[in-house]
Amino acid sequence: MSTAEHAETNRRDFLYIATGAVGAVGAALAVWPFINQMNPDASVLALASVEVDLAPIAEGQEITIKWRGNPVFIRHRLPVEIEAAKAVQMGELKDPLARNANLPESDPATDVNRVVGGKEQFLVMMGVCTHLGCVPIANEGDFAVVEGSAKHGGWFCPCHGSHYDTAGRIRKGPAPQNLAVPAYAYLSDSKIRIG
Amino acid sequence: MSGHASNYQPKSAFANWFHERLPIMDMVQGQALDFPTPKNLNYFWTFGGILAVMLLVQIITGVVLVMHYTPHVDMAFQSVEGIMRDVNSGWLLRYMHANGASMFFIAVYIHMFRGMYYGSYKAPREVLWMIGVLIYLVMMATAFMGYVLPWGQMSFWGAKVITNLFSAIPWVGDSITTLLWGGYSVDNPTLNRFFSLHYLLPFVLAGLVVLHIWALHVVGNNNPTGVSVKSSQDTLPFHPYYTMKDAFAIVVFFMFFAFWIFFAPNYLGHAINYQEANPLVTPAHIVPEWYYLPFYAILRAVPDKLGGVIAMFGSILILFALPWLDTSKVRSGNYRPLFKGFFWIFAIVCVALGYLGSKPAEGLYVVFSRILTVYYFAHFLVILPLLGLIETPKPLPSSISDDVLAKKRPATAAVPAE
Amino acid sequence: MTLLKTLAIAAASLVLSFGAAHAAEGQTPAKGINFSFEGPFGTFDRAQLQRGYKVYKEVCASCHSMHYVSFRNLSQPGGPEFTDEQVKAVAAGYTVQDGPNEQGEMFERAGLPSDRFPSPFPNEQAARVANGGAYPPDMSLITKYRPGWYGTFNQLINGIGGPQYVYSVLTGYTPDDKVSEELKKEQPEGKYYNPYFANGHWIGMPPPLSDDQVTYDDGTKATVDQMARDVSAFLAWTAEPKMEERKRTGFMVMIFLGILALLLYLVKKKIWANAH
Repeated sequence: MSTAEHAETNRRDFLYIATGAVGAVGAALAVWPFINQMNPDASVLALASVEVDLAPIAEGQEITIKWRGNPVFIRHRLPVEIEAAKAVQMGELKDPLARNANLPESDPATDVNRVVGGKEQFLVMMGVCTHLGCVPIANEGDFAVVEGSAKHGGWFCPCHGSHYDTAGRIRKGPAPQNLAVPAYAYLSDSKIRIG
Repeated sequence: MSGHASNYQPKSAFANWFHERLPIMDMVQGQALDFPTPKNLNYFWTFGGILAVMLLVQIITGVVLVMHYTPHVDMAFQSVEGIMRDVNSGWLLRYMHANGASMFFIAVYIHMFRGMYYGSYKAPREVLWMIGVLIYLVMMATAFMGYVLPWGQMSFWGAKVITNLFSAIPWVGDSITTLLWGGYSVDNPTLNRFFSLHYLLPFVLAGLVVLHIWALHVVGNNNPTGVSVKSSQDTLPFHPYYTMKDAFAIVVFFMFFAFWIFFAPNYLGHAINYQEANPLVTPAHIVPEWYYLPFYAILRAVPDKLGGVIAMFGSILILFALPWLDTSKVRSGNYRPLFKGFFWIFAIVCVALGYLGSKPAEGLYVVFSRILTVYYFAHFLVILPLLGLIETPKPLPSSISDDVLAKKRPATAAVPAE
Repeated sequence: MTLLKTLAIAAASLVLSFGAAHAAEGQTPAKGINFSFEGPFGTFDRAQLQRGYKVYKEVCASCHSMHYVSFRNLSQPGGPEFTDEQVKAVAAGYTVQDGPNEQGEMFERAGLPSDRFPSPFPNEQAARVANGGAYPPDMSLITKYRPGWYGTFNQLINGIGGPQYVYSVLTGYTPDDKVSEELKKEQPEGKYYNPYFANGHWIGMPPPLSDDQVTYDDGTKATVDQMARDVSAFLAWTAEPKMEERKRTGFMVMIFLGILALLLYLVKKKIWANAH
């Protein structure tokens, strides 16, 4: 009698466990669409890349364009800014990596690695402070090149006081990384496509 | 009453500490787990649980859809198409929400007719019933406003026709419609306020549902015999008996639900609502969603504008008076031979009114609508009060457990039935 | 048993009162041709969608917009499934207005896969002027809002017949010399007789298809019937691009719920066995 009872108990327990397990799996699967719907939708993922004509940007001038909802700085640097950036020793950098989406991740943050070789006057990078996402102000901060009363290059983030140099590298303040360089390519001598 | 006694004993020092500060586990144990429930409830009683789950499904899918919807006349239709085409699983969420509304109404109608057949509105459950009617009214308002949001042709013209009902009110009617619209017609301000209210009302519903369950737990469940619970012999604890029965019924209902979502997702709606709203062109036939059709038939049956509106609202409001219109002391229709027949006639009349509501208001359709509208009101105002006086009910079982045993005995004696 | 019976009656009567739409006056029910995507397991025929796209592009698109569909949709799973390169080429064939640029001016550029299909007319008024007062409707959703036939059960079993409606209108013109004299008396200026058309029998669109109007890349002979079928299938896809995903998901959900229901039934039975 007792063995039959035992078998009965086992069968019942198995049934309960199986039902609970199937129910739990179903609940987990059903939750996924409700979470996944928050991920970027197909139209966002397909967002067009942006083409920018660099010719109208004068030396020392900077434009800001919107790409994927974020500002992108495109700066036509003065020779003094490039020189200042090249003069910086790697040891002085807070973040030694280039943070350039067009280069391998481990490349060092030399000035040439922040731009495209041969087009070093054009610095293209995200205008998003790597600290908490504010937009840094151009020609400000401790690392701008000072000529008389004029300041050239360098960025300063007003939110929490991060200073970037003339190659957009973090030098002082709470931000952990250099300003990111997005993926972009030259379509012609003076035209780039970002994204 | 009995439902409030709980055997909850905190099992640990922490549970005890918590219990002294918030006795919620005590309430769960007493109201949700141990709650004594008549042992003879049939599957019609599972629709309460099904409705609670459907409300939850509608709220969750709705909150998620709002993350992608834009309540502006220029973008509403387009944003809904964005949900259908671009949002991850957006089509699934929208079809769940749209068909969920229909499922909600199917379940609520079964729930209401169950209450009518078994006399669940009678003393001491009058307040429980009236809260239920209130829930039904709020549901109708919520569903109506939700249907406007996709801003298709039927959204727009449905909104226009229904809001115009209020213009029938003497003297202030026009001012009221202008107030409802926030303009000279259904337009962007209307869409915005309907969106706001469509988001708000489900939470009002949830609050009313809590009151509904509270009222239920004060007086306890009715049951198919209509005989009140007399001893613990008549009841079973809610858990696991009814939790498992309800769970099974909910999953079966979900299969029905899933059929519509995945294999006929637009059948319960109107095709023309996939055309964007155009305030200059009225569709050939403006027909409300199926769950409003009986009331729409009553509205059109009355040849006077104000009269029609009064009849339509009256046909719902009369349900509030039902506990006092039915004069019979016997609850369950199972023991009322005459009532049983009239109940089914009434159910068929409601369905027939629904059919007529879907037809154009012309010729014989109008004639039948009028006859059935009169019958609808007569059922409440004449038949139910009289039946209680002239009907001889069948003998009632002495208790629920007696009835259950009496039904078991022949089955075990004779050839085993299913 | 009584419960089942009641539920069956209730369900049947509810269904009776559903789907209460009516035929617009005098509309002839669409021709009941069959498509590969019908039924619970039906899928689109990729080659047919690709051909249908070609018909849309070369014939319909000159008057009819399709503004809920993007070029990128043409390569997504469950659709015509063109390759990404083909889609880029298709998009580049269109000119799209963009801007403003740094000078504050709107400019034109080649289309990108992320762009929507550009509309042939800038607005409804312009479309009406160019088409003798008639407005060529947007094609994205036409198979979902134009029923080909009516009837509660008919629509439940056969769907609303949207693709069949498009097919029937395209192939249903009565040639001018076959229209009876009596009908010709009421012929509006510049309209054509088509009994399948939803808004009365007179349609503003001239018969759009003629044999070999399109040269199919896969060598299929481009008869009027073939082109009408293909473009109807294509428009069924533009209206419900996630149909295949929906049916596939539904099949799995049904199996899962069936198993769970069975298990719960056994659990319920076991628990209730010792109830009385």
